[in-house]
Amino acid sequence: MQLDKKLIGHEFKAFDATAEAGKVRLFCKAIGEEDPIYSDEAAAKAAGYKAVPVPPTFLQALTNDDPEKGGLLKALNVDIGLILHGEQHYDYYAPVYVGDTITCQQKVTDMYDKKGGALWFVVSETSMKNKAGKPVAKATSITVVRNPDAAKK
Amino acid sequence: MVAAPKFDQVKVGDEITPIVLPPISRHQLALYCGGSGDHNPIHVDLDFAKKFGFKDVFAHGMLSMGFLGRLVTSYAPRDRIRKLGTRFTAITWVGDVITLSGKVTAKREEGGEKLIDLEVRCTNQNGQDTLQGHATVAAN
Repeated sequence: MQLDKKLIGHEFKAFDATAEAGKVRLFCKAIGEEDPIYSDEAAAKAAGYKAVPVPPTFLQALTNDDPEKGGLLKALNVDIGLILHGEQHYDYYAPVYVGDTITCQQKVTDMYDKKGGALWFVVSETSMKNKAGKPVAKATSITVVRNPDAAKK
Repeated sequence: MVAAPKFDQVKVGDEITPIVLPPISRHQLALYCGGSGDHNPIHVDLDFAKKFGFKDVFAHGMLSMGFLGRLVTSYAPRDRIRKLGTRFTAITWVGDVITLSGKVTAKREEGGEKLIDLEVRCTNQNGQDTLQGHATVAAN
């Protein structure tokens, strides 16, 4: 299979994701985060936050909350077992609090291959805005895909 | 509760106190599957992982990036983080013991803020970096 670079510039359908309190607690349990600001409103306010903030990388739980999940894999026509995460970068512009609904829009910004086409690299950017339309973050991701043909060998 | 770093007192080369984590467990990977919404079975289903050529399930890269988030928020408050990014440089396996470490690489002013750039990393029990990342925080 050849990497289909026509996807560069492709924009996926925007969707809304809400930062749910229970999801944030489970996320914190998984990463071993015990700071009460992420679960207790009084603790968050005592620390100077107007509400319960979400951990820095909880943004991934929001971008994963896509009702058409797996759109990139479908567009590439590859199985999820063939992908690895190459890089992830967040630029934070404004806080995200529990209860906030964030509009996420992912766009493919670059694609290239390495090792004679055995590995594909797909760069995407997801803009994240709150209900007021204010950007809260930009998520930049590099997904590495093992070429299905090369992976068979 | 951590206070915002004082720009004038921070020096390039200052280290963040390292954090040594408990060994990665399968249970933790199941929790992260639910908590993050990353349902890729390769992290929780051994049969699936083997089918795709892996000896075992392995940790989500983003679980380790969550650890880097913990490290950075042990240095500066959550609302002072301006950037957090990483390369995933090696697979983290079940049982791996990860150490989080970081240090100040630069101090600068931009957009009216006093910024501190950090290099952060996850390193396994064999001394191999699994994540090589960077962060920027706003100081006082």
